[in-house]
Amino acid sequence: MKIHEYQAKELFARHGVPVPRGEMAETAETALAAADRLGYPCVVKAQVHAGGRGKAGGVKLARDRAEAQAHIAAILGMNLVSPQTGPEGRRVRKVLVEQGLDIARELYLAILLDRERETPVIVASSRGGMEIEAVSREHPEAIFKVHVHPASGLFPSHVRNLAFQLELSKAQQQNFARLLAGLYDLFLGCDASLLEINPLIVTAQDEVLALDAKVNFDDNALGRHPEIAALRDIYEEEPLEVEASKYDLNYIRLDGDIGCMVNGAGLAMATMDIIQFYGGAPANFLDVGGATSAERVKEAFKILLADANVRAVFVNIFGGIVRTDLVANGIVYAARGLDIQVPIVIRLVGTNQEEGMRILRESGLNFMTENVLADAVRRVVALAKGA
Amino acid sequence: MAILVDGNSRVVVQGFTGREGTFHAQQMIEYGTRIVGGVTPGKGGQIHLERPVFNTVAEAVRETGADVSVIFVPAAAAADAIVEAALAEVPLIVCISEGIPALDMVKVKAFLRTTRSRLLGPNCPGIISPGKCKVGIMPSRIHRPGSVGIVSRSGTLTYVAVQQISDQGLGQSTGIGIGGDPIIGTSFVEALELFAADGETAAVVMIGEIGGSMEEQAAEFIGRGFAKPVVSFIAGQTAPPGRRMGHAGAIIAGGRGTAADKMAALREHGVHVVENPAEIGRTVRKVLG
Repeated sequence: MKIHEYQAKELFARHGVPVPRGEMAETAETALAAADRLGYPCVVKAQVHAGGRGKAGGVKLARDRAEAQAHIAAILGMNLVSPQTGPEGRRVRKVLVEQGLDIARELYLAILLDRERETPVIVASSRGGMEIEAVSREHPEAIFKVHVHPASGLFPSHVRNLAFQLELSKAQQQNFARLLAGLYDLFLGCDASLLEINPLIVTAQDEVLALDAKVNFDDNALGRHPEIAALRDIYEEEPLEVEASKYDLNYIRLDGDIGCMVNGAGLAMATMDIIQFYGGAPANFLDVGGATSAERVKEAFKILLADANVRAVFVNIFGGIVRTDLVANGIVYAARGLDIQVPIVIRLVGTNQEEGMRILRESGLNFMTENVLADAVRRVVALAKGA
Repeated sequence: MAILVDGNSRVVVQGFTGREGTFHAQQMIEYGTRIVGGVTPGKGGQIHLERPVFNTVAEAVRETGADVSVIFVPAAAAADAIVEAALAEVPLIVCISEGIPALDMVKVKAFLRTTRSRLLGPNCPGIISPGKCKVGIMPSRIHRPGSVGIVSRSGTLTYVAVQQISDQGLGQSTGIGIGGDPIIGTSFVEALELFAADGETAAVVMIGEIGGSMEEQAAEFIGRGFAKPVVSFIAGQTAPPGRRMGHAGAIIAGGRGTAADKMAALREHGVHVVENPAEIGRTVRKVLG
């Protein structure tokens, strides 16, 4: 799960990670009042769950009240388009207004899970303010890493190693040590999967602060952090994905025209892959899970058909322990209750598959059934192309 | 031979009396797996599915001589269940449960390194040596005894591959689900090491997916002299970066973990990589000649 920068900074502050003074606002009036309180210069920052905001015109420095007013008017309500939002962009519903700071250096600091070493890793760079992927390509010597295991914890040497590599002065090192300790506590205490500060700034007064803040959480741990789960902003998510999440369906919208309903995440990915292999384009990833009840199938149909780009649907179910005749009954029940205008190709394989296929064929509904995976995919690709 | 489990394996079920545990224990018993008992704290002394229930895994091991434990407990209790099985020195722990927080697994794995237990999973379908023993939730009907080893991060996609292999008149030595989470007990490399030493396994099918670097590590391992042919499919060739595709571990992060990189690494080390998942069975047939 992702959260906004202003929410991340509130968490930072609570864990002793210094952040600039700032206020979140949802209207132009409150934003300007916040700017007046903070004083000038100040910075107006669009709050959306996507990177690349600066280049997209979503972050602006205001030297005085008139500039602040103009920037707030321009940013609040704008449709922000960055490489991470996709071409449709994201409406800016909130801004963060922050005090302007005297920046001496811009660094980078992150904590994430290193899957290979099976432990968290702290990543720092002396080149902040640019994309870390670009730094790692062009200046790999400017990236420093230390691994820290939760069982042994953070040692002074972790901090010292990074501080010296970042060439911090003694006063700066002490501030950095406090910040890193707080950040590490936050990472463990809130089950974060990524904490990223880019840039981490050093001021002319030797303060070290998080000028930006990005935090992602481990979805599997949200159950034990209700206060974190409450930070979810559904306006930042694709509406169909929000709808799917209500029914515990794993749905990700893509930009193709073949709607997919599959059981199992791996098979759902493979189904997308084979559709592309035969020249089609999947409209979504959808894993209906192992227990494919009629109700879930119905909700899944509703969600994938709500995507206006869908021109054909492919249902690919491998009934392992689930009996496919029960799945077939669920599909028939779901389809009867819906007005389905696009062709549906169904492949049901597994226990009782002959019975399952018979139920589908004799339902009187416009289902096309196929036993062979490649045949089914070729057929749905042709149908989506209007053949 | 097969690997890790065979007809002599004595299996205890953690979460035995729950809905999932009961259903799958029944299925395993029907398959012929020697389920020797189960564990549900507080229900020790009861009889369930004609088998004894124990309060702890340690007690179950002491009383039944179990050497495999399979875990069907809710996510919130699953990390603890793994630790309990390791405390009881169970040689093989198979965790079916999905949804363990990643940082819990960091700690569990650190603890496991101090023990002699091997973990499969979490978030996996389990392990089967067809005709001998099934420890997990996979449909047994599609499997046949044979010489193809299967190792996979997925569930239903693996069943699709198994079916294709069986349809070719071939069978499986052992099928292992290693799990779809970012941190898991047994890696592709460790599974390949076991298959390398198994006389019954003539070829291996490896089903990977986006996220992490286990497939790349497996490619290097194979390149260092793995003598058996390997056929591989990597799911998620069309997956968008930055999105978690159902499995907690299936995510392209910071441009890393793409299917294209994994497929290239595997090809470079002589693996037969199929782009079309409908071609897994036929490709295995071809490489076995």
